[in-house]
Amino acid sequence: MSDAPLTGPAVVVDGVSKTFQLPQEQMHTLKERALHPLRRSASERFKALQDVSFSVEHGEFFGIVGRNGSGKSTLLKCLAGIYGTDSGDIYVNGRMSTFIELGVGFNPDLAARDNAVLNAIMLGLTRREADEAFPRILEFSELQEFSELKIKNYSSGMLVRLAFSVMIQVKAEILLIDEVLAVGDAAFQQKCFDEFDRLRDEKRTMLLVTHDMGAVVRYCDRAMLLEQGVVNVTGEPELVGAEYFKMNFGRGAAPGEPDRDHNRQGDGRANIHEAWFCNEHGERSENLPQGRPCSLHVAIHFNVVVDRPMLSVAFEDAEHRVVFATSTMWHEEVTGEFQAGEEVILRVEFENAFSPGRWFATPAVSRRGGGADFIDRRQRMVSVIVTGSTGGGGLVDLPHDLRLERVSGAAPVTPP
Amino acid sequence: MSAADFGLPPNARPIRGPSALGGDWRRFVSLTWTLAVTEFRLKFFGSVLGYFWQLMKPLMLFGVLFVVFTEFVRIGGGVKHYPLVLLTGIVIYTFYAEVTAASVGAVLQRENLVRKIQFPRLVIPLSVVLTSFFNFVLNFAAIFVFMVLYGIEIRLSWLQIIPLLGFLGLMCTGIAMALSALFVRYRDIAPIWDVVLPITFYGSPVLYPIETIGERSLTMQHLVMCNPLAAVLQQARHALIDSSAPSAAQAIGGAPRLLIPLTIVVVIGLVGYFVFERSAPHIAEEL
Repeated sequence: MSDAPLTGPAVVVDGVSKTFQLPQEQMHTLKERALHPLRRSASERFKALQDVSFSVEHGEFFGIVGRNGSGKSTLLKCLAGIYGTDSGDIYVNGRMSTFIELGVGFNPDLAARDNAVLNAIMLGLTRREADEAFPRILEFSELQEFSELKIKNYSSGMLVRLAFSVMIQVKAEILLIDEVLAVGDAAFQQKCFDEFDRLRDEKRTMLLVTHDMGAVVRYCDRAMLLEQGVVNVTGEPELVGAEYFKMNFGRGAAPGEPDRDHNRQGDGRANIHEAWFCNEHGERSENLPQGRPCSLHVAIHFNVVVDRPMLSVAFEDAEHRVVFATSTMWHEEVTGEFQAGEEVILRVEFENAFSPGRWFATPAVSRRGGGADFIDRRQRMVSVIVTGSTGGGGLVDLPHDLRLERVSGAAPVTPP
Repeated sequence: MSAADFGLPPNARPIRGPSALGGDWRRFVSLTWTLAVTEFRLKFFGSVLGYFWQLMKPLMLFGVLFVVFTEFVRIGGGVKHYPLVLLTGIVIYTFYAEVTAASVGAVLQRENLVRKIQFPRLVIPLSVVLTSFFNFVLNFAAIFVFMVLYGIEIRLSWLQIIPLLGFLGLMCTGIAMALSALFVRYRDIAPIWDVVLPITFYGSPVLYPIETIGERSLTMQHLVMCNPLAAVLQQARHALIDSSAPSAAQAIGGAPRLLIPLTIVVVIGLVGYFVFERSAPHIAEEL
C-alpha cells in the first residue's frame, strides 16, 4: 500500500466505447488475403460497450452486473488494460490488480510452490514478495502437505484453493474481480466470502463483475447494470437487482401481460377483463419486493344476472406449480347476486412471501357449488416479478421465527 | 477531459490499453526473466538426463555432419580445425533457429496470459530470446572446453564474442518480434519460416568455409557475406578458432562493406519492433 493518502475517486470511467470487428470469415492465411483483398471490409462490427461512464470511490465495493454478452467482462478487460478502448477515458488512482481468472500462468508440470510464485509474479508481486508470501499462501490454502506436488496431480478444488490464496496476497488498493466466487466447495466458498468481508473492512476498493445478484446485494455498496453494452442503471444494489430481475424474467411477454390468452375457459356470462398487481403504496407495479405487502386486483364485468358465484385466484410459479390459492368460498364472503352490466373488483391483499422470480396469477369466476364450472377463467392472466435476495431456496419465504434454546448446560462427564 | 476534471490527483493513471512496452520496467524485467526461466526448466522436464540433452542436440548434429563432410564429401578436409569451425557454426545457427522457430507460436502459446492479465507484450518475444540464450550459453561453454582440449591458444580476441552476440541477439530479437506478432494474424508464417530456416542454414558458412565460394566467384562470396548470420559466423571463426582464416571484413571485401550486414540487422531490429508495437494493442482481441 502506498503511504500517501488516496484522495478523489479510485476509478473513473468516462464515455468508454469498444467495438469488435467480427470478420465474417476468418482470414488466417496470406493467400486468402491476396485472393480477396476487399473482403475484409465485409467484417461486422459488434458494439460491446457504448458510452459507459461511472466512477468508484476509494473503499467502495462496486458491482458490475449483466447477463452473458452484456459487455461486463469486456469492460473489466478495458479497465485492466488488456483491451484498448475506441474512445473515452479510464483513470485509475492507486495500485490496481486484476483477477479475471484464477491461476493465470499455472503450469501443470510445475510444483505448487513454483506455480504459486509464478502466479504471484504475474499478478504484480516482485520475486522477493512472492517468495515471502508463499508460507501465507500455503497456510490459507491448507495445502501444506502438497506444496511440492506437481499441480497436474491436484484436484480442481485444490487448484482453486491455491489460486485464490495467491490472489489474496496481492497488495493492491484496487481489485478487479471477475466471477471467481463461483468455484470451490462450500467450505472454501465460505472462506472466500470471509476474505471479501475482510477486504471490505480494510477499505480496499473492489470492482466485482458477476451475474450473481445475491453476491452483489450481499457485498456491494453500489452496483451498475449493463445491458448490451449500455449502462442500464447505476445505484443501490437492491435497485439494480430489481432491474436485473425484471430484465431476466421480462423476456418474451413483458411483465403484467397475459401469458396465454387462449387458455380461457367459461360460458361468457361474465368477463374477467383486467388484472393487475399493486405494491404496498397501492400503485400498479410489475415488480414487487419480497417481504412487503402487496395486492392483486381483478376486474370483472357481469353480462347477465349471476347468483352467488365463486371468485378465486391461484398463484403459480414459472413451472406451473400452484403455490397459493384463495377464493370467496373459503373466506365465506357472501357474494350475493350480481346484476347484468355490474362491474366488480376483487382484491387480494397479502404479504409477498414469494421467492424472487416470475409469478403468475390465474383469476376465475365459477358457478356456486363446485369450483370447476367456470363462468370465466383466465389462466396465467397476469404476471409479476418478485425481487429480493433472501431466497432460502424455497418457493415461498413465510414469515417465521427461528429460535434456538439451550435446554440444559453441558452434561458433566461422569466416570462410568 | 483530463484527470483533474474528475477530482483526481495528478498522479492518477490513465489506462490506455495494452502496449509493447510501458509500465514498471522492473516488472518488465522480472516477468521476462520468470517466463524465460520457467520455459527453460520445462523444456527438458520429464527426461532422465535433463539439461544434458540440451548439450547433446548440437553435438549429435555435429557428429553426423562431421562424418559426412570429412569422410564422404570432403569439404572440411582442407579447413584448419574443421571440427571446431563446424561445431561453433552449429551452435550459433542453433541459437538463431531456436529463437526464431520458438517465437512463431510464442504469443499464441501464452494466450492465457495475454487475455487474462495486463503486462507489456514485448515480454513474450524477449523471454523466448532469453530462453534460447540460456541454451546458447550452455552450448558455448561446451565449445570452450573442446577448444581447450583441441589445443587452441586462449587469445584476447575471444572477447569479440560479446559484440558478436549482441549483433546476433539484435537480429534474432527483431525477427522474433515480427514473427510472434504476425503469426497471430497470419498462420502461414509457420510454414514459410519452416522453409526460410534451411535456406539461411545453407546460405551461411556453417558446413562449408566461405573461401569455397570465393574460389568460384569472389562477388558471390561478398554477396553471401552480406547475410548478417554469415558475418557473425565468419568473424567468430576468425576470432575464436583460427586467426589465419579471413575475418568478416576480409571476406566481404573491405571493412566499410561491413556496414551492409550491420544496416540489415538494425533494420530487422527496428522493423521487428515496429511490427510488434503496432499489433501489441490488438493481440488480446485477435487471438
